[in-house]
Amino acid sequence: MTHAAADVSRWRSVWRQLPLLVALVFLWVFLWDQVTVLTVVTGVLLAIGVTRVLYLPPVLLSGRFNVWRGLLLGLRMMWDVTIASLQVAVLAIDPRWKPMNSIIAVQLLTRSDLVTTLTAEAISVVPGTVVVDIDRERGLLYLHALGTRTQADIDRVRRDVLGTEERIVLAIGTRGQAASVRAARRERRAAHDHSKGVRA
Amino acid sequence: MSAAEIAVALLILVSAFLSMAAGIGIVRFPDVLTRLHAATKPQVLGLATVLVAIVVQVPTWGVLTTVVLVMTFQLLTQPMTAHMLGRSAYRSDHVRRDLLIEDDLDRDISDHDQSGQ
Repeated sequence: MTHAAADVSRWRSVWRQLPLLVALVFLWVFLWDQVTVLTVVTGVLLAIGVTRVLYLPPVLLSGRFNVWRGLLLGLRMMWDVTIASLQVAVLAIDPRWKPMNSIIAVQLLTRSDLVTTLTAEAISVVPGTVVVDIDRERGLLYLHALGTRTQADIDRVRRDVLGTEERIVLAIGTRGQAASVRAARRERRAAHDHSKGVRA
Repeated sequence: MSAAEIAVALLILVSAFLSMAAGIGIVRFPDVLTRLHAATKPQVLGLATVLVAIVVQVPTWGVLTTVVLVMTFQLLTQPMTAHMLGRSAYRSDHVRRDLLIEDDLDRDISDHDQSGQ
């Protein structure tokens, strides 16, 4: 019975590592630029070898991937990278521009390592922010924001970062995380509509 | 000159401009953290445009897969580099604090130090 239990957990660990193995095989085949028996076989052998020798703690994937949200995330990222690059390029060659920056802490909505990592990666390439430090336990990101002159600018950066995190959670987060993000969004929208109604 | 050749030439020009802007930014910006912005962003788009130019010029599967790999690893490694540089710059005090209107990290570190004592 213990033998069977060990077998099950071994298959489970193989199953969990499968996405990583497949990605490594694809990487190898892409590097060779040709799909032949030799490249695929050596790719599989190398993938197993690499994951055995250079062992890293497994990343906990949520097992959920929303294709539509993933596509939206990808397109939005491409747009953001383009805008960010042009913006910084213009600032770099504009002789009148004087930098005034800030280091701000942003409290993320989720504690998942994967979402934190992807959010940190994503906001490093979008307009005006570079991650300076991460507090993993509290889910805090410390960002260096470029060109913030007023509190309003800081608030805008904070909103942008949380928006990026929401998009990532909706694309690859667990069901629970996605549901809580959707609830938070609805609440915010309702509050927004309410304040508009009061003003009008 | 065909349309593809004109497109390739334009893409290379855009890429050259972005790389130049990144270089100017690194020289002109006042401290490490600000320079990181110049070193990371225009450079990524510059690389992307030159890769698109390569694909337009040589449209084969082999080139396309290699280009996808180059871009993927650029997007994965570049934020890491920026983060490691920024973190060590902050910790070794290479920061122009007079250019910051707010510094939450400094506040949290001093809060932590006080509560520890």
